[in-house]
Amino acid sequence: MLPQYALSQLLEALFAVVVAPLALGWVNQCRAWLQNRRGPGVTQPYRVIAKLFRKEVVLAHQASFLFRAVPYVVFGCMVLATGIVPMLATALPFAPAADVIALVGLLALARIFMALAAMDTGTAFGSLGARREMLVAALAEPALLMVFFMPSLIARSTSLTTIVETLAHQRVAVHPSLAFAAVAFVMVMLAENARIPVDNPGTHLELTMIHEATILEYSGRHLALIEWAHALKLLVYATIGIALFLPWGIAEAGHWAGLPTAVLALVAKLLVGGAALAVTETVSAKLRIFRAPEFLATAFLMAVLGMLTHLLLEGTA
Amino acid sequence: MRLADLPFPFESAPGPAAVGFAEVMADQWQVTAGRLRSAGATLVALWAADRRDLHDGFEIRAAYALEDGLACLRLSLPAEAPDYPDLGEHFPAAGRMQRAAFDLTGVAPLDPADGRPWLRHGAWPAGAHPLRRDVVARSVWPAVPDDYNFVSVSGDGVHEIPVGPVHAGTIEPGHFRFSVVGERVLRLEARLGYKHKGIEKRFESMTLDEGVALAGRVSGDSTVAFAWAYAMAVEQLTGATIPPRAAALRAMLLERERVASHLGDLGALGNDAGFAFGLAQFSRLKEDWLRLNARFWGHRYLMDRIVPGGLTDDLDDAHLPVLARQVHDLADEVARLRRIYDDHAGLQDRLRDCGVVSNDLAQRLGLTGLAARASGMAVDLRVGCAVPPYDGLDVRCATRPEGDVAARAAVRFDEVTESLRLIGLLAETLPDGPTRVAVPSARQGSCGIGRVEGWRGEVLVFVEAGADERIRRCHPHDPSWQNWPLLEHAILGNIVPDFPLINKSFNLSYSGVDL
Repeated sequence: MLPQYALSQLLEALFAVVVAPLALGWVNQCRAWLQNRRGPGVTQPYRVIAKLFRKEVVLAHQASFLFRAVPYVVFGCMVLATGIVPMLATALPFAPAADVIALVGLLALARIFMALAAMDTGTAFGSLGARREMLVAALAEPALLMVFFMPSLIARSTSLTTIVETLAHQRVAVHPSLAFAAVAFVMVMLAENARIPVDNPGTHLELTMIHEATILEYSGRHLALIEWAHALKLLVYATIGIALFLPWGIAEAGHWAGLPTAVLALVAKLLVGGAALAVTETVSAKLRIFRAPEFLATAFLMAVLGMLTHLLLEGTA
Repeated sequence: MRLADLPFPFESAPGPAAVGFAEVMADQWQVTAGRLRSAGATLVALWAADRRDLHDGFEIRAAYALEDGLACLRLSLPAEAPDYPDLGEHFPAAGRMQRAAFDLTGVAPLDPADGRPWLRHGAWPAGAHPLRRDVVARSVWPAVPDDYNFVSVSGDGVHEIPVGPVHAGTIEPGHFRFSVVGERVLRLEARLGYKHKGIEKRFESMTLDEGVALAGRVSGDSTVAFAWAYAMAVEQLTGATIPPRAAALRAMLLERERVASHLGDLGALGNDAGFAFGLAQFSRLKEDWLRLNARFWGHRYLMDRIVPGGLTDDLDDAHLPVLARQVHDLADEVARLRRIYDDHAGLQDRLRDCGVVSNDLAQRLGLTGLAARASGMAVDLRVGCAVPPYDGLDVRCATRPEGDVAARAAVRFDEVTESLRLIGLLAETLPDGPTRVAVPSARQGSCGIGRVEGWRGEVLVFVEAGADERIRRCHPHDPSWQNWPLLEHAILGNIVPDFPLINKSFNLSYSGVDL
């Protein structure tokens, strides 16, 4: 392995870990603006995480080692995921080790541990949240896999770097199949990241929570790690979306000069994407929880339609 | 049914509100309740008092709303066995009021359907009754274990979710015990009383003049309604008549309180459905509204403006055009927001058919106020036996037949529009003259009842004068007493995550019933 490849890998993971709270802050700030509020500023998530790190950890008496370990597992999973997703460059030594299916598995692993930790303390809200989280996950994961299979068919590979390189090299053309997949991906992303309309990240109503209910018992540095991992997850999804559907501008293997352009391109795409997410959230109300399966079934259907369109209209060339 | 149809020699109180007081024998207590029930009268409030220091044992009073006024029936109970026939059979709403009356004074219904404590949470032992006159107000008892038996539901897959009294948000404390299968609610039981602070006991150490400030703090969001009801009761028992300008200004304050609360609730309803845009917009409107309150009346929530005899301050007539303009502008903005709420498919999907209280159930269990109007009951004190100035305003009663969350939101929208019209009308036709008269001295033992249609529903305050212009007994009654039990019915068959929305659509007072 060439040292510059290792550097590229390290740089990318570091970039993701540092920038993730900023991306979340940007979405929240856009939401505040859209609601005619001044908003807390884009750096608010950093302040929240810093505050939580300084705070004492309060543990339930019956909490097991699992409860204490999960924040690290979840954070680790998300950092690993950033190592697989080509954000800035496609030269990632980790990437061949894990393809998109492994990525879906990695995200599922984090979620399973989160659900286990939620049930660990035995509170009503923890199991309530875990139950709902698994309901959403069980429907979101197949849809996410279908979304990934579509570009895999085009690139004839399930490796994300290969997919991105193939897609970035294509002539600029409208692929109806990719459009379907993109819509499906956005729907899955909203559900997986506990955004409106599936979940409400800003709610204080414990009975309506999905993701928030699973982390109610966490405090201090544990909560800080979970919040940070949550921001990372949003960034991972955003960059997957960008890599699959807007890959232009990414630095390819060996093209180090392209890196500054890649950073600028990514930041621009994240700014636009974050604003678009905020608009989506502002104009929607939260779905009644039993509408969430319909919502995710629609996402699955979109992904299938994308694949059919590809097979029927675009051939297998 | 009218007051004259009851076989009692009513002693009718002076003043504009039609209130009749009568003494009832023990054998008539329950029979009369049955007659009233079948004639369509409703139980407004029930409370007890210790009169052993007057060698009169105990008393229990029940206030019923009839077509042409309020009948306040009194039953005298012997000191050694202060029990009375249960009213719960005819008026289910009586259940919790009787339990509270027992905890505070020790007068108990015979064979009650539910003998569990209500306000007593362990701060005082079972044999003690803090509202008895021989109990010192500052008494401290050793804490006793609080073992409340919730009704449990058993079955395959049934489990309980305990919520509160401490919640994730900054709201009042109450405990809700859900029995659920999956997300479906089989039963909800609420337990309140966490905010019991001995308000009724505190009244007994105050003069009639001082009491209004405490009445205005029974439930902070209904301060105008409670203060007016208290003032009305004192004016009734002293025979004071307030000038027309004072009545008009009081109504203006009451309508401003209604608008402020409805604006807040409409925003919160949107927010609880994940539509934060609504909260931001309605909060902005409410804030402007409150700031004008502060500018013209000196208090954002209009606390301590109403006193027995009138109001503390007059309103400068130069302010009237500003008020009229604000009312006009707000009406436009609310109409626009209402269109956005009505046209938003996602929001309407959450609000409609959620937490339905059928008209039949509402009638049977005695729902009142705003929630009753959303279930098709045309009950509004400003419309029926209205006191000035409402008798001349031709208030339109906003009703909806559906009884769901959407209906309760729609009634709020309609009432905001109507209140804005009323404020405009009051500002236009504000009579000249004084805003306060001297209140004559009160005869010891005289009683008065004030009733005001607050934004939640009918607020009632009973006052009995003691010696030296002091309060002997004061009972403030919040409409939440009637409506809390209905919340337990509204959630049945709904799913757990819809509860906050249903709860918010009622938005009942904890402090007002915990006293």
